[in-house]
Amino acid sequence: MTRYLASRFAGMAIVMLLVATLVFFITRLAPGDPAAVMLGDQATAADIAKLRTSYGLDKPLPVQFAYWLGELVHGNLGQSIFLQRPVTQALLERAEPTFFLTLFSIFIATLIGVPCGIIAAVWRGRIIDQFFSGFAMLGASIPSFWFGLILMQIFAVGLGWFPVAGYGDPGVPLSERLHHLVLPSIVLGVVNSALILRFTRASMLDVLGDDHIRTARAKGLSEASVILRHALRNALIPVITVLGLTFALLIGGAIVTETVFGLPGVGNLVVSAVLRRDYPVIQGALLVIAGLYVLINLAIDLLYLVVDPRVKY
Amino acid sequence: MNTVATVPMTRAPSRSPSAIIVRKLFRRKLVLAGAAILVVLTLLALFAPWVTPYDPMAMKISDRIQSPRLAHWFGTDELGRDVFSRVVFGARYSLMIGALVVLISVTGGVLLGLAAGFFRRLDGPIMRFVDAMMSFPDILLAIALVAVLGASMTNVILALAIVYTPRVARVVRASTLVVRELLFIEAARALGVSTWRILFVHILNNIASPILVQATFIFAYAVLAEAGLSFLGVGVPPDLPTWGTMIASGQQFAHQAIWLVVFPGVAIVLSALSLQMVGDGFRDLLDPKLRKAM
Repeated sequence: MTRYLASRFAGMAIVMLLVATLVFFITRLAPGDPAAVMLGDQATAADIAKLRTSYGLDKPLPVQFAYWLGELVHGNLGQSIFLQRPVTQALLERAEPTFFLTLFSIFIATLIGVPCGIIAAVWRGRIIDQFFSGFAMLGASIPSFWFGLILMQIFAVGLGWFPVAGYGDPGVPLSERLHHLVLPSIVLGVVNSALILRFTRASMLDVLGDDHIRTARAKGLSEASVILRHALRNALIPVITVLGLTFALLIGGAIVTETVFGLPGVGNLVVSAVLRRDYPVIQGALLVIAGLYVLINLAIDLLYLVVDPRVKY
Repeated sequence: MNTVATVPMTRAPSRSPSAIIVRKLFRRKLVLAGAAILVVLTLLALFAPWVTPYDPMAMKISDRIQSPRLAHWFGTDELGRDVFSRVVFGARYSLMIGALVVLISVTGGVLLGLAAGFFRRLDGPIMRFVDAMMSFPDILLAIALVAVLGASMTNVILALAIVYTPRVARVVRASTLVVRELLFIEAARALGVSTWRILFVHILNNIASPILVQATFIFAYAVLAEAGLSFLGVGVPPDLPTWGTMIASGQQFAHQAIWLVVFPGVAIVLSALSLQMVGDGFRDLLDPKLRKAM
């Protein structure tokens, strides 16, 4: 177990080092001088030279990379050019809406995906199964930003049930701020429930064919007990993996959805950083999100140990 | 063995294994429906200048923001341009971008995956690189790449191809690992067939199906991602009528002209859905375990 953990952490460290290397070199792919690109057309030669020196861009690439890595180890993601503050601070300030949006969305996605997946598997081949399978396929084909725009027009602009956009003033109570997240969470949750639904269905079908289910039925247990106690508990183990995958999809979806609903989250920060070519912010966001993804996947692997006593590392 | 010997050879010589798969594939209603939608969309894209009643770029301010009617099936936009013509021309750009992304990412992914799966020494380094690439959410990596490379159609294609190459590489590597151990590869080696020939003829031929399945899904993802990038303003230039740019420019008028957003969106959904229908049917056909579950 300790050995497994050690090897997993070592593997994670290698992947994170590679991620950091990729992030550093991606921003260096820019044609021309990054300082000139960051400052735009209006910049004078003196401004560009100043930025080059302050960001160490005048030094050789390996030196820049070593310095950047050194700063990273100390938790310093650099300074935003446009926002005039550390990237870490900018990310933390924007974390709240993104955190709650991701949390609510994954909750909604699970709430839709798991029960519908079970129903589809239990009534396999019937109309209800075809309906849910069709829904899952449709969910995977709908762009979240488009779905968001349509729902916004109907429920926020038309019916006035939800605020149209934004996250409320900074002083308003949390409950009011969270009210702004209801519609975006429904959008992301519904779109991302597709994957969970498909996985739950496939996993349930797999388990329902097992011998222990036949035994449970032979013992005369009620169908509800067979499905909910005996099948579902085993079927949910692979579904945990899909929650990790959904997290990655949700972050991608959140970037676009935040823009649609004008939420001041990390996604919105990234998009504005891209439009302003604020490279330190782009680098920082890429690194933090990829790091979170790697950590969540590790946590899921470890969760298997708790959920499934058969899994031993 | 006796049974095998006495079975008469009834199979027509022209029916190859891939022909049988295609035949079985198109027997599925879902695949057939998906393929039919795809064919219609492709034909519309190919013959756009002859199908569309108006020039997609032609502005007529006196006709601006008109709801769908006989003269303009999908209405007109804020500059009086015909939305139907723009949606049809949009198919050209969106499907072309999707197809090119598939072409590049499959080529790159096949090369990386074959190398990782066949040459043990390359497996570790290539797959760690693939793992690292796959730690970024697709759209985030694509946004960052376009931000760095600059927003243009070529760079959007390049960025999305870079994003999806690791996905193909993973599938190709997994399939190569299985096929590499099969007897016919050993036989080919014993016969003195060159490594290149083994890789690109014998192995590639045998892993073509999972690659095709993956290609179909990547096509769908690429169409969706391109629309997302263009919507965010970091994709193709806004003057090109792709479905994403149409929704982006239509959103500020959505409260009075919802059709500006609805029709390009339906086009995105239809194309992604049809690709997933074909891909799903194909995957289920190849996977006996899933076939049982269907």
